[in-house]
Amino acid sequence: MARIKEPRVKMPEQEPQRRINDFEEVNLGLSMELAQQEARRCLQCKKPMCMEGCPVRVNIPGFIGAVAKGDFTEAAKILKQGNALPAVCGRVCPQETQCEAKCVLGVKGEPVAIGWLERFVADWALTQETPVEEQISIEPNGKKVAIVGSGPAGLTCAGELAKLGYEVTIFEAFHEAGGVLIYGIPQFRLPKEIVKKEIDSLKKLGVKIELNVVVGKTVTLDQLIMEEGFSAIFVANGAGLPVFMNLPGENLKGVYSANEFLTRVNLMRAYRFGEYATPVIRGSKVVVIGGGNVAMDAVRTARRLGAEPAILVYRRSREEMPARIEEVHHAEEEGIVFEMLTNPVGILGNDGGWVKGIECQRQKLGEPDSSGRRRPEPIEGSNFVIDCDLVIEAIGTRANPMVTQTTPDLKVNKWGYIETDETGMTSKPGVFAGGDIVRGAATVILAMGDGKRTAAAIDAYLKK
Amino acid sequence: MFQIVDKKQLSENVYRLEVQAPRIAKAYRPGQFAILRIDENGERIPLTIAQAKPLEGLITFIIQAIGFTTRRLCGMKAGEAIRDVAGPLGRATELERFGHVVLVGGGVGTAVIYPQAQALKDLGNRVTAVIGGRTKELVILEDELKSVCDQVLPCTDDGSYGRKGFVTTALSELIEKGEPKVDAVITAGPVMMMKAISDLTRPFGIKTIVSLNPIMVDGTGMCGGCRVTVGGKTLFACVEGPEFDGHEVDFKELVDRLSTYRDAEKQMVESHRCKLDGIIK
Repeated sequence: MARIKEPRVKMPEQEPQRRINDFEEVNLGLSMELAQQEARRCLQCKKPMCMEGCPVRVNIPGFIGAVAKGDFTEAAKILKQGNALPAVCGRVCPQETQCEAKCVLGVKGEPVAIGWLERFVADWALTQETPVEEQISIEPNGKKVAIVGSGPAGLTCAGELAKLGYEVTIFEAFHEAGGVLIYGIPQFRLPKEIVKKEIDSLKKLGVKIELNVVVGKTVTLDQLIMEEGFSAIFVANGAGLPVFMNLPGENLKGVYSANEFLTRVNLMRAYRFGEYATPVIRGSKVVVIGGGNVAMDAVRTARRLGAEPAILVYRRSREEMPARIEEVHHAEEEGIVFEMLTNPVGILGNDGGWVKGIECQRQKLGEPDSSGRRRPEPIEGSNFVIDCDLVIEAIGTRANPMVTQTTPDLKVNKWGYIETDETGMTSKPGVFAGGDIVRGAATVILAMGDGKRTAAAIDAYLKK
Repeated sequence: MFQIVDKKQLSENVYRLEVQAPRIAKAYRPGQFAILRIDENGERIPLTIAQAKPLEGLITFIIQAIGFTTRRLCGMKAGEAIRDVAGPLGRATELERFGHVVLVGGGVGTAVIYPQAQALKDLGNRVTAVIGGRTKELVILEDELKSVCDQVLPCTDDGSYGRKGFVTTALSELIEKGEPKVDAVITAGPVMMMKAISDLTRPFGIKTIVSLNPIMVDGTGMCGGCRVTVGGKTLFACVEGPEFDGHEVDFKELVDRLSTYRDAEKQMVESHRCKLDGIIK
């Protein structure tokens, strides 16, 4: 019982006042001492419920046990067996609704900080001279597998297949590998250097990455199979097209999709404009529409680019917000203004065609809708205007048509997402799919779960 | 890396670059574009592919040195390499047997209509090209177009070459003469020119296709920066275009959106003036 009373360690964080002026990581990571102290809280359950909550089924008690003993190499090996991108997951997974939500310690107190320990071990491994990967022996089997997209699903699948001996090539549309980990998630939540190192680890396993290839346009799935000798393909090209609300004034200068705003800042490094050539509109007063993690990333990025205030407008109440609690908490610390139960009805422009404000209407919560959340209903006569010079819409995405448009025999559902069976197999022989192009917009770890499960299915398919 | 294998100056500030890009050369069809980035610190810009040689793995860009990146591109030499080129992007032109097609190219827009001319001719169309520029210097690809078109009409604003006046005047005459009747117009060039052409053909009910050039980042539908209003609906030019029915396009909005980064662009050009001046006089 003593261990239950031991409080969960605190994550050292950069001071809010300092961090709103830079893009440095907010969470600083656990020290070796704090990590071991936290690892000792783990009860080492016989039937570990935490693993049930993990989409890639990391051996959580195993690696935490090794941390408690101070054997970090062993911890890293166990972790990497289950998870190809632990330094990423340790930072961006919603542990509070997955592994940590199932931790027995959480029933009466606080769960073990599994995510922070994962990050600790992964970061430790990245600083070692002899990479853990080099201790894995691989026997090539001579078969080629193509992967479309280098986001979390593609990278995970690539790692798994490479370990099984396949010759894996990832085709990436952008000029940099990583998908949403690079263009979407900001530096202050997931440093690019970490993503690069994780990708380098995969390259050490023999994974090849060809950049600037827009599969569906530059080369079709059929060409990859018929002309380039790939025996199977995993399509993981992501969600894609941003949804706009169709508000009046939406095409004024100073209205971005979150995708565009974040891509300019993250992938193109527009926050260092001058040194980098890509510009971005730095609003002085910014409104971000939405309540998910992307909205939170956008509003916190706008704040760092100088917005005062940076306002989040969401049509439901705080309880319904899909964003991670930690992100909401960090946003609050950084002075983000939350306008809850507020829905935009139009964007206002000045004579020069630039945004000058957004008209909103207050909402109240009614009966639950199909998502189980209480439906927002407009309050008549409650319209008001928020002055702002930049509006960012973060209300979701629709299916990426790049691959499906040029692959008529690939079955899609009515929204354009690819249909698969439970193993990830599509209607087209040898073609598998996973991540957001199958699920619609989801999380990094669910995409990784797809990548891992599908790698096993591809292996089974090619061994038939 | 994508090596520049050949570079040629076409006029005072217009250059032709031939670039090694085997995958793109093989997949290309007229009307499509590529997105390129010069180096690690560069921005991504869309450029129409003017020609592709699939067997040699080469694609051609015709570039006017106007902005920060286009100036830098025009300053690159054969043998140097562009870091990233992705494509071919956008839908290919929907080419069919229209009858008599008039292609109207303004400035470097002529690079867009050139590959279409050949394809339209192959489909059995009568093809007339009207190509314009402010002065003689800026009228490009005349000889190339002559080799594939039935008729080529160069125009200059100042009368230094061909007919004096805008391309709209020449097109208007072609429509009025009707020898033979004009069945379709395809145009690329400055936005105000494409608007004028569309306004001209509207009362005659002549199908008019315009090639738009909005600001883009990824070119694959992911950012929505290139959204244009067509027929009252918002469309993404990178995946649903770049060609649209000219009679339906909101040109005023397009012009306005194109001015979004004018100040930022100026700032980049100013802060790199010494370097750029060394390249482009």
